[in-house]
Amino acid sequence: MKRYEAVETILRSVGSDDLVLTTTGMISREAFAADDRPGTFYMIGSMGLLSSLGLGLALLKPDHRVVIVDGDGSALMSLGTLPLIAHEAPTNLTYVVLDNHAYESTGGQYCISCRADLSRIAEAAGFRDVRQTADPGELENHMRALSAVDGPVCIHVNVEMGRVDGILRVAHSPTQIRDRLQRHLLST
Amino acid sequence: MDAGRFWTILKRRGLTFFAGVPDSTLSAVYSAISDDEEVRYVPAVREDVALGISSAAYLTGEMGGVLMQNSGIGNIVNPLSSFNLIYRIPVLLVIGWRGAGGPETDAPEHWIMGEKTCQILDLLEVPYITQDDASFEKDLDELLRTMKREAKPGAVLVHRGAITQ
Repeated sequence: MKRYEAVETILRSVGSDDLVLTTTGMISREAFAADDRPGTFYMIGSMGLLSSLGLGLALLKPDHRVVIVDGDGSALMSLGTLPLIAHEAPTNLTYVVLDNHAYESTGGQYCISCRADLSRIAEAAGFRDVRQTADPGELENHMRALSAVDGPVCIHVNVEMGRVDGILRVAHSPTQIRDRLQRHLLST
Repeated sequence: MDAGRFWTILKRRGLTFFAGVPDSTLSAVYSAISDDEEVRYVPAVREDVALGISSAAYLTGEMGGVLMQNSGIGNIVNPLSSFNLIYRIPVLLVIGWRGAGGPETDAPEHWIMGEKTCQILDLLEVPYITQDDASFEKDLDELLRTMKREAKPGAVLVHRGAITQ
């Protein structure tokens, strides 16, 4: 499956109250292109920071499901956050990592995730539930089953390299992204 | 100032969600909340992770805080410059200031950052105060006003021995 298909599947499978946070680079751009929903927060910079922001939100907003959509490179950049998530153990947190074994947003450079198995790392970190898939139907099933599962859940998704043509940058400014999520949280 | 008083002052201003990395300068500050149910403290693994966690509070309409040592300022330059300062997300940074008195007063690893702490905050245009018992509440209120008005993080620098059990 292409990364775009994974992003589209995730956004199609979440509820309107669920908060979706997407990491810097192509993952945020593809999420913006697929479905620019009010409960999504695009992290346009600060590689590696998304998982900790998502942890904070999950702890503060236990009534919302928080879905963090990270990449392999940003997951490895903040690897210490994974055991911290497991330690704090918010049941409403889902950590999805889209793994194409490359830094594709910066030109497709080699990433060590081809040897460092992020599923096994998430298991060792103490995630309550770890799933791995390369199939869009299975990814959708995992996503739709989340309401019946206590997190933290990690879904490790193997995706292919390759961009979809015509994916633009996120059109909202950083403060617009911030304000939109604040408003969404106030209204739900 | 004792740590209980310090926390009373922060809590009265709605600051109850913190993440951080330990620092000996602030040891009394950490131990004072070990069984305080009014303060949520997440023991982060790095200062940038602590900043990410506490930044979430602003998205929920509150303000979060970070407890850290000034040696960790290096770790938050990236999230400050490419997250908090562009999304305009205030967080109160409570920073233990090792090496504040110059190289003779502290261990070698604190010499450089001890001297450069204020310069780095100035360079990033992050407002800060130095904790001083005589005027702390007034200084903190002024800092928080600036942080809210400009929607940016701000720091309280704490000298060794300034906050006690």
